[in-house]
Amino acid sequence: MSIGGPTAQIPTTQERGTSAPSPQRSGSVRSREDRRAGYLLISPTVVIVLTMVVVPILWTVSLAFQQVRLLNLRSAGFFGDYSLENFSDVLGSSGFVDALVTTLVYSVAGTACAIGLGLLAALALRAPFRGRGLVRACMLVPYVAPVVAATFVWTTMLNPQFGILNHYGAALLGWDEPIAFLSSSDPVSFFGVDLHVSTALASVILFEAWRSFPFAFLFLTARMQAIPETLEEAATVDGATPSQRFRHIILPQLLPTIAVLTVLRFIWTFNNFDDIYLLTGGGSGTQVVAVRVYDYLINRGDIGAAAAQALVLAAILAVLVGTYLKLFGRQEDVE
Amino acid sequence: MNRDLLERRLLAVVRPAFIAFLLLITLFPFYYMVLLSFRPLDAVLQEPGALFPKVDEIDLGTYRNVLASTADSGQGFGNFIKNSMLVAIGTVVLSLLVAIPGAYAVSRLEFFGRRQIGAVFLGVYFFPSILLAIPLFVFFTRIQQRGTLTGLLIVYVAQVAAVSIYMLRNYFDTIPASVEEAAAIDGCTRLQAMRRISLPLALPAIASNALFVFMIAWNEFLFALLFLVEKRENWTVSLGLSQLAGSIEVPTTVLMAGSVILTVPIIVMFFLSERWLAGGLTAGAEKG
Repeated sequence: MSIGGPTAQIPTTQERGTSAPSPQRSGSVRSREDRRAGYLLISPTVVIVLTMVVVPILWTVSLAFQQVRLLNLRSAGFFGDYSLENFSDVLGSSGFVDALVTTLVYSVAGTACAIGLGLLAALALRAPFRGRGLVRACMLVPYVAPVVAATFVWTTMLNPQFGILNHYGAALLGWDEPIAFLSSSDPVSFFGVDLHVSTALASVILFEAWRSFPFAFLFLTARMQAIPETLEEAATVDGATPSQRFRHIILPQLLPTIAVLTVLRFIWTFNNFDDIYLLTGGGSGTQVVAVRVYDYLINRGDIGAAAAQALVLAAILAVLVGTYLKLFGRQEDVE
Repeated sequence: MNRDLLERRLLAVVRPAFIAFLLLITLFPFYYMVLLSFRPLDAVLQEPGALFPKVDEIDLGTYRNVLASTADSGQGFGNFIKNSMLVAIGTVVLSLLVAIPGAYAVSRLEFFGRRQIGAVFLGVYFFPSILLAIPLFVFFTRIQQRGTLTGLLIVYVAQVAAVSIYMLRNYFDTIPASVEEAAAIDGCTRLQAMRRISLPLALPAIASNALFVFMIAWNEFLFALLFLVEKRENWTVSLGLSQLAGSIEVPTTVLMAGSVILTVPIIVMFFLSERWLAGGLTAGAEKG
């Protein structure tokens, strides 16, 4: 998450001598030539990442402390009258806290479901059979398909009037009335327990699981292929049942991968804008912070408040991921 | 019956059923997309549960309508495809021009900051894109380049540069340095060795990276929405579909034809390159 890095690589005279890899070649013509070539080759990347990513991030910080609106955009710059007003407005509003809670529920549940489904899929497709390669490739389709097309077909399938899900729900499962999957604020209850999650939020979480499980599936499958078969054969000879083999042999080998996947998926789900904007527009209890930021930026034209919320989002994410890595990061290094 | 046998028997039933379920949820939505694109809207409204189109109702008019320009009372997807192609191919070319030298430098050459740079660029990739969207929106509005495909293209290149370098560097790392050292003995300079030796060897990785970047640019939605929404003639396919999906005037079946047009190139590319892509993405993942 560090953003100051690319600027830190400008060489100083003292460092030039010490940065060469092998001391005996240090200062030779070749290594000096290498360094110069290195800077030359990396510079286009540094320039474009600096101007299009690093400077904008810093600019967001600056905008968050200014009263900038879409209407007075012409006067918006790096420097202005800084104040904490945006933050006090934003943090004080109940809408932001709600959006933050929704974001957390969405990312935790979405990540857990995606990795859980990915793990089950990887296990199910572990034993070879005819056409397994094709089936595995098919598993990845939801992940590579364009998000706009995927959300559009799902909104149609979930449509209360002519969606296929409600049609078969009524015909086969005897639903009394169609369920408005994407626009109902009714809380979902599970075996009589109210989960404080609206129907629409549950739907977008399931969509997230559908769309992202292939990512977990891909990495878990790759990891499983590296588990030596002899381990499991030995366990089978010793009388371990399939579930015991999973619990004591496969799962421990997968845990580091699952830990990495958890971080990656959590970050991406936490920042996700497209899926929810396209499925529900942020209505019916699904307004996550990213969608709220967009709403402030475009519909309300309040750039300062939008920037402040985006910053708080990034800061919370950094703290959460930092804590996670502190707690679990050390064990993974050993692997 | 002992536990081992019970579990084996249970798995023998559950496993195929679960695989069938997985295939259903991954493939059915796309089948449904194609199905609706061939059926007329009133047939869909009357019979929403039909799983196959009736032979006599198959209608390709949706595709004609969605592709035709607005002047011909169509939806103008022909033009959107052109825009998406321009942006995606432009992103591929530019990002490769930037990332190949960058990845080579990070993989091969010793310079100060080389070790950190990969981590920093990858860190950038985890930043909320909505956070970047605000200043870029302001910036491109100020220089009056918002609404142009060029502005969008530059943003895309910056977004994919980090991943491209990461993927390509992994590949350069697998090419033995001794090959280049041999060339150096024969009198090649670094840059000559890179161009004549390592680049041709890295072609498979470059090709898969190009496909990967093309898919990202073709699928991208947020920045297209922010930059182009007011300029219909510059809409990409993704943006066009999302904008028209909200209107009541355009029938769902016509938009399904648009979805098929948006999805098919990606699916075709994916199945052609699946082995490369999956390998490139998970390279190094086996280590745990």
